[in-house]
Amino acid sequence: MSRHRDDTGAKLGMWLFLFTELFLFGGLFLLYAVYLSRYPREFAAAGREMHVVFGTANTAILITSSMLAATAVSAIQRDERRRVLWSLGGTVLCAAIFLFNKYLEWSAEISHGFYPNSPRLAAGPPGESVFFSLYYLTVGLHGLHVLIGGTLLIWVAVRVRRGVVHSGDYVLLENGALYWHLVDLIWIFIFPLYYLIL
Amino acid sequence: MTHEQTPHILSYGKLTLVWLTLLALTALTVWVAHHNVGIGHVWGSLAIACLKSGLVIAFFMHMKYEGRLLRWLLFTALAILAIFIGFTFFDVLYR
Repeated sequence: MSRHRDDTGAKLGMWLFLFTELFLFGGLFLLYAVYLSRYPREFAAAGREMHVVFGTANTAILITSSMLAATAVSAIQRDERRRVLWSLGGTVLCAAIFLFNKYLEWSAEISHGFYPNSPRLAAGPPGESVFFSLYYLTVGLHGLHVLIGGTLLIWVAVRVRRGVVHSGDYVLLENGALYWHLVDLIWIFIFPLYYLIL
Repeated sequence: MTHEQTPHILSYGKLTLVWLTLLALTALTVWVAHHNVGIGHVWGSLAIACLKSGLVIAFFMHMKYEGRLLRWLLFTALAILAIFIGFTFFDVLYR
C-alpha cells in the first residue's frame, strides 16, 4: 500500500500550530505583565500565598518528562522500541504526578479561600482577585494541555507498540514530543512569573 | 514523498547533559528568588527562563538541526510576540 507521506510538511504544520499556542499563552502572560504593573503591591501580597515547593517540584518533573520525550525520539530513530516505550511511559507517569501535585496545590489554595469570586478575595483589594483569576486561568489552561499531551503520548505509544510507528515512519512520535516540549516551555515561564518574582 | 537525508540523531549523553543543565538553572532561579537581590531579580528570573527555553527549543525540539524555513518561522513568531508585548507596554507605561 502506498499512501502519500510528507514528514517535513507534517512537522511544519505542527510548528505552525505550536506558534498559535505560543500566542495564546503569550496573551495571558501579557495580561499578567500589564496587571502586575498596575497592582504591584497586591500582586506581591497574593504571590506570597503561592507554594514554591509545589512549583519547583513540578518544574523538575516537567523538565524530566521533556527529556524522556526527547529520548523516545532518539530511541525510535535507532530502532530501539523497548526504550521508546519505557521513555514514553516515564513521560506519561511524570504528567500524572504533575497533575496530582496540581490537585494537592489547588486543594490547599481553595481551602484557604483563594478561588475566583471567593468571599475572601471579594472582600480583599481588586488586584489580588485579578492575580488569582489569571493564575487559575493560565495554570488551568496549562494543566489541560498536560492532560491532552499525556493522552496524545499514550495514543502514540500504543501505535509504537503495534508497530505502526517505527524507525522508518515516526513523524507522529516527533510531533507528539514537540507538543509535549511546548507544555514544558510554557511552564518554564509560568514558574518564575507566578511563583518566584513576586 | 521522498524521505529527507538521514535525520540527525541526538545522543542520549547530550540529552542527559541538557537535562542536568536545565535542572541546575531551575535551582539557580529558585536560589536567586530566595536571596532577594532587588528589582534585578525579575529580569534575572526572566533571563534564566529564556535561557532554559532556548535549550529546550534547540535540543529537545531539535531546532538546532532543522532547516532555514523552520528557524525563520520561529524567529518571526517570536518577533511578533515581542512586538505585541513591547507595543502594549509603550501604551501602558507612557499613557
